[in-house]
Amino acid sequence: MRTEPVTSDARTEPPAPLLIRGGRPYGEGVQDVLVRDGRIAAIGADLEAPADAEVIDAEGCIVLPGLVDLHTHLREPGGEEAETVETGTRAAARGGFTAVHAMANTTPVADTAGVVEQVALRGDSAGWCAVRPVGAVTVGLAGERLAELDAMANSRARVRVFSDDGKCVHDPVLMRRALEYVKSFDGVIAQHAQDPRLTDGAQMHEGLVSAELGLAGWPAVAEESIIARDVLLAQHVGSRLHVCHLSTAGSVDIVRWAKQRGIAVTAEVTPHHLLLTDENVRQFDAVFKVNPPLRTAADVEAVREGLADGTIDIVATDHAPHPADAKDREWDQAAMGMTGLETALSLVQSTMVDPGRISWRDVARVLSEAPARIGRDEDQGRPLAVGEPAHLLVWDPRPVRVSDPSEHASQGRNSPFAGLELPGANRLTLLAGRATVRDGAVVER
Amino acid sequence: MRHFISIADLRREEALEVLATAEHMAQTQSRAIRKLPTLVGTTVVNLFFEDSTRTRISFEAAAKRLSADVINFSAKGSSISKGESLKDTALTLQAMGADAVVVRSGSAGAAHLLAHAGWIDQPIVNAGDGAHEHPTQAMLDAFTMRRHLRPGDPHADLDGLHVVIVGDVLHSRVARSNVLLLTLLGARVTLVAPPALVPVGATGWPCEISYDLDEALAAGPDAVMMLRVQHERMIGGGFFPTAGEYSRRYGLSAARAASLPAHTIVMHPGPMNRGFEIAGSVADSPRSVIVEQVASGVFVRMAVLYHLLATDAREAPREN
Repeated sequence: MRTEPVTSDARTEPPAPLLIRGGRPYGEGVQDVLVRDGRIAAIGADLEAPADAEVIDAEGCIVLPGLVDLHTHLREPGGEEAETVETGTRAAARGGFTAVHAMANTTPVADTAGVVEQVALRGDSAGWCAVRPVGAVTVGLAGERLAELDAMANSRARVRVFSDDGKCVHDPVLMRRALEYVKSFDGVIAQHAQDPRLTDGAQMHEGLVSAELGLAGWPAVAEESIIARDVLLAQHVGSRLHVCHLSTAGSVDIVRWAKQRGIAVTAEVTPHHLLLTDENVRQFDAVFKVNPPLRTAADVEAVREGLADGTIDIVATDHAPHPADAKDREWDQAAMGMTGLETALSLVQSTMVDPGRISWRDVARVLSEAPARIGRDEDQGRPLAVGEPAHLLVWDPRPVRVSDPSEHASQGRNSPFAGLELPGANRLTLLAGRATVRDGAVVER
Repeated sequence: MRHFISIADLRREEALEVLATAEHMAQTQSRAIRKLPTLVGTTVVNLFFEDSTRTRISFEAAAKRLSADVINFSAKGSSISKGESLKDTALTLQAMGADAVVVRSGSAGAAHLLAHAGWIDQPIVNAGDGAHEHPTQAMLDAFTMRRHLRPGDPHADLDGLHVVIVGDVLHSRVARSNVLLLTLLGARVTLVAPPALVPVGATGWPCEISYDLDEALAAGPDAVMMLRVQHERMIGGGFFPTAGEYSRRYGLSAARAASLPAHTIVMHPGPMNRGFEIAGSVADSPRSVIVEQVASGVFVRMAVLYHLLATDAREAPREN
C-alpha cells in the first residue's frame, strides 16, 4: 500500500485532513471517509474526527471516485476563444471530474510529443483535474500517414489513447497499422466511426425528421459499417479498439456481438445520446447540432440498454464548447458539438439511475473506473479504499434545478440542456485530497 | 398569421383564407389600374441569399401592386458575399426599419431562424429554405389547380383530386410544401421518382410513393407536376446513371402527356430543363398551366403580404 502524499501540483501545501461524514460510498451503506495527505486514510462507521480535520456533512449524499472523462475538447492550443485548459478543467471539476482526456483536434494538432507535453503541462499548472492528452493517430488528422505515436507514448504526457476524433481513420490499411502499432505500448485507438463518403455534407440523422426538414442525412450505416470493420480488424491483429460516442441501435448490436466473440473492444456513449433525439432538430436551433447526430427514440433506448448491460463500457462527454457565433447561424453553417462536463452526471442520474436501470456502483464503473482503465490512468478510477488517492466526488442526488449554461465554468454556452430540470448537485470534488469544488462553486486558490 | 414560414404550421382554414384573398387579389388585377393602396408606407425587403429570378420578381411585383416600397438585398455584390452573417444582416434590416422580410436561402431553416432567433421583430416570409419548404410556391400551385379543376368556386378545397409529382423529390422544397398543402386541402398525392431521389424518411409522408411514372400516369391524375432536376445540389452524385436514362424513365414526353385524360393539367415550378424532365412540346401544350402558375404567384404573394402586413387583416382577421 502506498503511503506517500499525492498532490497534483507541487506548489500547493497538503490540505488539512477532511472527514466526509455520513455519506454513502457507491450509494451503498453509510460510511465516513477520512482523507489525509491526499489519500483515503480511513473508511468506516462513525469515524472520529481528528482535531485538525474539517468535517463535511454528507448525509444523504453519494460518495464516488472522481469522475474520468475519456473524451473532452479543451480546445487549447488554437481554439482559446472557445475554451482553454483552465476554463475546461474548471468545468470538469464542477462536473465532478478529476481527470479528462483532451482530444487532439487542436491547432496545432496534438500529433507530436511537443504538443501533448504542452497540453499536459497546462493541465498540471491549472490544477483543477488531471489532464491526459489524446494523441492524433495521423499527422494533422489528415488520415494519410501515422503520427509518431511512440514518441507521444514515451513523452512526459505518457499518451495511451490515440484518436483522430472529429475525423474517422477511414482508410482500412491505415487503421489496421495504427491498431497494430499501439500494441507495443499498450495503447488504444479511439475511433470516431463515420464513413466520410456516406456522410458528405450530412447535417442530421437520416430518417423521418431529416426527410421532412430537407436536411442532408447522416445515416446510421455510416457509423455501423466502420465499427463492424474495426472490430474485425481488432480481432485480426489482436489489438485494443475503443469506439467513441456510439449512437445507434445497430452499433450497440455490433459491439455486443464483438464482445461475445472476445474481441478487445470498448465503447462509449455521450450523455446527450442518452436523452436527446432527432426530434430536437425541428426548431433548427444549432445547439442541437452534434456529431454523431442525435438519433431516434429507438436508438436512445438501445444505448441505454447497452449501457445497462455492459455492452457500452463508459459514458464520455464529448464536451465540445464553441463560441456563440459558431452556433448563432443557419443550421448547415453552424458548428457541431455540445458542452457536457457540467451536466454529465445529472444526465446519467436522470436517464439511468433514477429509473433504476443502473446503480451508483455502476456509475462509478462507467464514469470513473472503466474510462481510467481504458485510458491507462493508473492513478484515477481507483477503489474507495484506505490508501488510495483521494480523488473523490460527493454528490447529492436530491436537489433538482433548472439547468442554466450561463452559470457554467466552461466558456461554452452551447448546452442543449438549458432550461431542463436536472437532478443532483456537486457538494465536493477532491483532487488528491484538495477541494476543487465546494457546493458547486470552484474553490479559488 | 405572424409569419409565413412553413405549410406544416398552417391550419386548413388559414390556407383556404389565403387562397380566398389571392382570388380577391386576382380580380383586382384585371382592372385598368392594378395598384392597390393597401400597404402604402410600408417597406418590404427581399433578402435573397440564393440566386433566384422568378421568385424575387414575383414578390417584388406583389409588394409593389400593394403600394409597398421594396428593397432588394441579394447575395451577389452585397455585404453577404463578403461573409456577413444572417444575424448581422437581420440586425441591419431591423435597424433600417423593414416592415417585412422575404427571405430565400440555401439553408434549411433560415426563415424559421430569422423569425424566432430574436434578431428582428418583423414578419418573415419564407421564399424557399434549402430543401425544406417553399410555402408560397405550394400556395400558388394549389391556387392554379383550384382554378382549373374546381372552376367557379373560390372557396373550394381540393378534396378528391389526385396529383402526381414527378422528379427530384430529395432536393425539392417545392415537393415538400406541396405534399403538405395538397393533402391538407384534401387531395391525394403520388410522388414519382427514381429511388435514390426519394428521401429515406419519406415513408412517413402522407402520400404514395412510386418508382414508375407510366403506372402513376395510367391512374389518370388530375394534375401532373414536374420538378426540376437540381444538378447543383447533387452531392456525391450517382443518383441516376445518365440524363438519357432519367429522361426515358421519368421525363414527361409528348407520348406520355398524350396518354393523360383530357382535363389533366401539367405544371412545373420552373425554371424548366426543356427536353429533360419535360418535353418542350408538352410545356407549350394547351394542358400546360406553367405560365399561369407565374401569374398565380403574384396573386398568392399579394395575399400573403396582405395577411401579414395590412392593418385591417392583422387587427380583424376575417372569419370563414
